[in-house]
Formats: sequence, structure tokens, C-alpha cells
Amino acid sequence: MEKAPIVRLREVTKRFDDVVAVDALSLDIFQGEFLTLLGPSGCGKTTVLRLIAGFESLDEGEIVMNGAPLNGTPPNRRNVNTVFQSYALFPHMTIYDNIAFGLKMKQLGKSLISEQVDEAVSIVKLQGLENRKPHQLSGGQQQRVAMARAIVNKPQVLLLDEPLSALDYRLRQEMEIELKRIHRKLGITFVFVTHDQEEAISMSDRIAVMNQGRIEQIGTPTRIYEEPENMFVAKFVGEINIFEGRIIEVYNGSATVDIHGRPFKVLNRKNFSTGQHVKVLLRPEDLAVTRDEDSRPVSPSLGGVIDEVIYKGKTVDLIVSLDAGETIFVTQFFNEDQEDVVFRQGQRVHVDWPYGWEVVL
Amino acid sequence: MKKIFQSAYLAFIFLFLYIPIIVLVVYSFNTSRFSTNWQGFTLDWYRVLFTDGPLMEAFANSLIIALSSSTIATVLGTLGAFAFYRYRFLGRKIMYSFVYVLMMSPDIVMGISLLMFFITIGLSVGATTLLLAHVTFCLPFVMVTVYARISGFDRHIIDVAKDLGASELQMFRHVMLPMLMPAIIAGWLLSFTLSLDDVIVSFFTTGPSFEILPLKIYSMVRLGIKPEINALSAVMFLVSLLTVTIAHFFFAKENK
Ligand SMILES: Nc1ncnc2c1ncn2[C@@H]1O[C@H](COP(=O)(O)OP(=O)(O)OP(=O)(O)O)[C@@H](O)[C@H]1O
Ligand SMILES: [Mg+2]
Repeated sequence: MEKAPIVRLREVTKRFDDVVAVDALSLDIFQGEFLTLLGPSGCGKTTVLRLIAGFESLDEGEIVMNGAPLNGTPPNRRNVNTVFQSYALFPHMTIYDNIAFGLKMKQLGKSLISEQVDEAVSIVKLQGLENRKPHQLSGGQQQRVAMARAIVNKPQVLLLDEPLSALDYRLRQEMEIELKRIHRKLGITFVFVTHDQEEAISMSDRIAVMNQGRIEQIGTPTRIYEEPENMFVAKFVGEINIFEGRIIEVYNGSATVDIHGRPFKVLNRKNFSTGQHVKVLLRPEDLAVTRDEDSRPVSPSLGGVIDEVIYKGKTVDLIVSLDAGETIFVTQFFNEDQEDVVFRQGQRVHVDWPYGWEVVL
Repeated sequence: MKKIFQSAYLAFIFLFLYIPIIVLVVYSFNTSRFSTNWQGFTLDWYRVLFTDGPLMEAFANSLIIALSSSTIATVLGTLGAFAFYRYRFLGRKIMYSFVYVLMMSPDIVMGISLLMFFITIGLSVGATTLLLAHVTFCLPFVMVTVYARISGFDRHIIDVAKDLGASELQMFRHVMLPMLMPAIIAGWLLSFTLSLDDVIVSFFTTGPSFEILPLKIYSMVRLGIKPEINALSAVMFLVSLLTVTIAHFFFAKENK
């Protein structure tokens, strides 16, 4: 992906009175990528989109598009289109006229408009509904009109502000797939905003995790999930277990951490030194649970008792009360070879994990 | 039983509201000039009415003032409501509440203050001052009607239009105006009827050089009710009825 960025945000700051909505944020957006801004409510995602679209003016920094600064360029002269969460379709126009709006503003010829509208209509699969009014469509269909109305203008960058949040669960999953398909088909850059981490992980090429107007981490979904760089990202994206520990020995590239009095060998990516207090993070599916009755622990592990067993079909979720007092969450895959290994509430177990699967912060 | 009672109740209210008007319309066809008892059918009073030069002139004046003041008030009021919605400026909220104050203030106060204002700036009362006065008291009604509709819009609708490449003017012309049209028409109709039958404000703000119908009727009635006034009232009632019907059909179409 060594392309030049199509949009660059450099140290962009935006304040509303005394609220800093976007705080010296820098971000490179590359041609053709599906970039997701993920973060809790109020962290400034919408404001970033509105700054790129030109609805808000920035207080500091600059936004560069195709190498030229955008400062002061009004929204109607930016090669960017937005899909709003509320869709905001024009209620007095037919679907056709809604989609044709941008082209009419550019004063294209009638036949050219009709050709391009037809194309957009077929991309979002709305054939046959062109003569209806927006209020005669379902939520999912209105969503598609909002998409078509934006993409018909062939923007370089399409901004989507939580476009799926008004849809119910089933429709939402369907639209996630549709959005990906449209993205692939058009090859244009998508900047997608959501506070739903599953949506972000399943759709994006890259995710920027935002918090309080800043980007905490940016990277591929796998990187964000497997190697969170800080506690905020670790906690915000997916379930995670956090153990307090202390480095007791350091080797070349690895280290030994004392967790509840047990020495665990971990990767030392961050050059921790002896005596340092650290947090060891483990995803539920990275932990291994063994029943004491099957085998006694040979390597360091944490003992505990099963508190709760939740069967999920392919997997089983366990809540384990550790002897040290904390409660952890573990997901185990069913092992076809050991169908008689059944977890039950109250069983004594020990928990460990393969070397290197942990994240130490 | 309950149904019958409900219908009877409704009928009673409507009778209460409309009997005076029905009586008036009926008497406009009565042959008798002075008495209130029925003496036979005639269209004479309508003939008298339409050949009464000064009365017809006052009627024409009224129509001209009503048409022009409601049109001016509608244009200004629509732009004003849009400005209140679109632009944030200092004192916006306070200014908007003054619109309500203007709407609620008694006609007599408005009439006197306008008169004093016109005298102060040296305008002599006549057609111009009357037009200005009518625009003034119609304006808040248009603004409130249009603003009510505009504030019900999706708050991103303007952003969307601009995002799709519309200039400010194109956005207003292709998005705002059509979406506001029902409110604009309602505001216009409201202004038209307000202007057409205003007595008090007009009393202070026009002079003998420019007579309008409500004032003319008012001065005629002081000398006793003549049958041609009944006829005139019947005609005016018909005009209002038509206006309401037109409005109704327009909105019925809009809601479909
Ligand atoms: N027009 C505005 N006036 C004042 N404050 C604003 C305005 N828009 C946003 N803010 C503030 O800026 C901060 C960031 O808001 P923003 O809408 O960008 O958050 P968000 O990440 O999109 O949140 P959500 O997920 O709830 O949509 C919030 O504290 C918000 O209150
Ligand atoms: Mg938002």
C-alpha cells in the first residue's frame, strides 16, 4: 500500500466553545481504502468527517486533498460526498430526482444524467423504485437511495457517518456486505464512522480508534485486535482479560512476568526492565482452560473454579473465578476428539496460554 | 344513544356558529328594505351593490392592499424564517421572540404606534402607509408559519444539498422553496384574509384619500344596516369560503 495519501489531516484541531472536539489530529487517508473511524460517543468522529466534507471550519492545522490545501473550500466544491446517518433524503422529490440532484446541480445533459442515475440505481439495487417518494420506501431502501445519491457524483472520497445505525440487526448485516461490495466495485475511498467495533472489524481495511479527539491507534483490524497499543484500544475493541504483573527477569526478546505469584514467560516487545509493573492482556479465545481432573499443571498456570458455562454452538464461554480473586472470561472451541470433556460449574481448572499470544503493556 | 347525542351536540355548535351568517345571506335576498320580516325574493340589492361606485372602489382598494401586502409579507417572512433557521447570530433567540410579541400585540396598540411612526417620519396617511401597516402585521404570521415547518426538517437537509454541489441559491431554490411551499401558501392565505378584514390598524393608518371596504362598511353601518351591506357581506363570505376550499384542496393533494 505505498500510495500517496489522497487526503491528509495535519495537526487538525476543532473547538466548539470550550469543548475540544478534535485535538491536533493527524491522519493519512489512502486512495481506494476502506478506513473506519471507531470510537465511543462524543470522541469527535462526526466532527472529523464534517471537517473533511467542509461543513465545519478548522481552528488549527490543515487538510490537504490531492496535494492542495482545502482551507476555505466550501462543501459544494469538494470532490467528496457524505452519507448521513439520518439519510436526509429530499422528501418532495422522487427517488430518481433525489439521485439525480448532484448531477442536475452540475447542469449535465438530460440523457447523461439518466444514464448515470440508472447506473447508480443498479449498483445499489433499487431498480423499479425510481418513481416513488422517499416516505414510500423501507429504511433499508432509503439507505440505498442515500448511497446512490452520493456515489452518482463519483466522488474521490465517500464519507459515511454511521450509515447503518438506524437499521435493525439483520438488515444491518446485509447492508455491511452490500457496502463492501459497493466499495470493491467503485474502487473509491470510503471513510466510515461507527462506534460498533464488530462492524469496524468486519468491514475495514484500516481502523483508526479514536478517543477524546485523538487517534489512539491506527492499523489493520487484525493489528488493532491482536496487538492493541494501549489500554484504551485493548478495552474498546473486543473482550479482554487484564492481569496485573511485575517483570522479574528479562532475556533477549522475552521476559518473565510474575502474575499472582506464578512466573509466566512472555514476549518482551517493549523493552521492559526488571521490577517494572505491567499489565498482561489476553483475549478470551487465547486462553486455554484445562480441567484439573484431566491433567495436573506442568507449566505455570492460574488455578480457579468454573463459575458459569455458556454454550454457543461451536464454542463455549466460561467464566472462571481465579483463586487470586479475579474473574476472567474464556472462550473455548469444542475439541471433536475429546467429546467427553464437558465443562461444568464448580469444576476446578487451571488456565494458561501459548507463549507469545499475550500483549504486555 | 351516545352517537345521537354526539351528533346533536356537533350540530348545535355548527348552528350556533353559522346561523348568523345564514340569516345574513337570506336577508340579502329579501325584498323589504327596512323590516326584518321576509317579503319576497329579490336580487336587487346585489344590483345596487355592484353599481355603487364608491363601494366598489373601496372593494377594489381592499383587494389591491390585501393582495400586495400578503405577497410582500410572504416574501419577506419566508426569507426571514429561513435566515433565523440557517444563520446563527447574536440575539437570534430574542429577536425571534419579538416576532411573537408583534403577533400578540393588540391591534389598537399597533395601529396607534404605526400612526405615530408615520407622522414622525413625515409620511401622510394613505395607500402607502396602509400597505406598510398591513405588511407589518402580516409578517409575523408568515414567519411563524414558515419557521414551524422549516424546523421540522431533517437538520442535515441543507448540508446534503451543499454536499451534492448546490450553491446557496440552488439549495434555496431546489430544496428549501419546494419543501416550504405548503407553509408559504398557508402564510399567504392567512395574510390575505387578515389584511382583507382588518379594521382597527387600517383605521389609524389610512386617510380619506384611500378608502377600503371594512372601514367603508363600518361607517355605513353606523347609519343603520342597509340590505346592500347584507349582499356585500354575503359576497365576502363567499370569497372566504372559496379561499378555504382552495387551501383545503391544495393541502389534501400535498398530504397524499
Ligand atoms: N455543533 C456543535 N456545537 C457544540 N459542540 C459540538 C458540536 N458538534 C459536536 N460538538 C461536541 O464535540 C464533541 C465531538 O462530537 P462528535 O459529534 O464529533 O462526536 P461523535 O464521535 O460523532 O459522537 P457520536 O458517536 O455520538 O456521534 C462532543 O463533545 C460534542 O458535544
Ligand atoms: Mg457522530
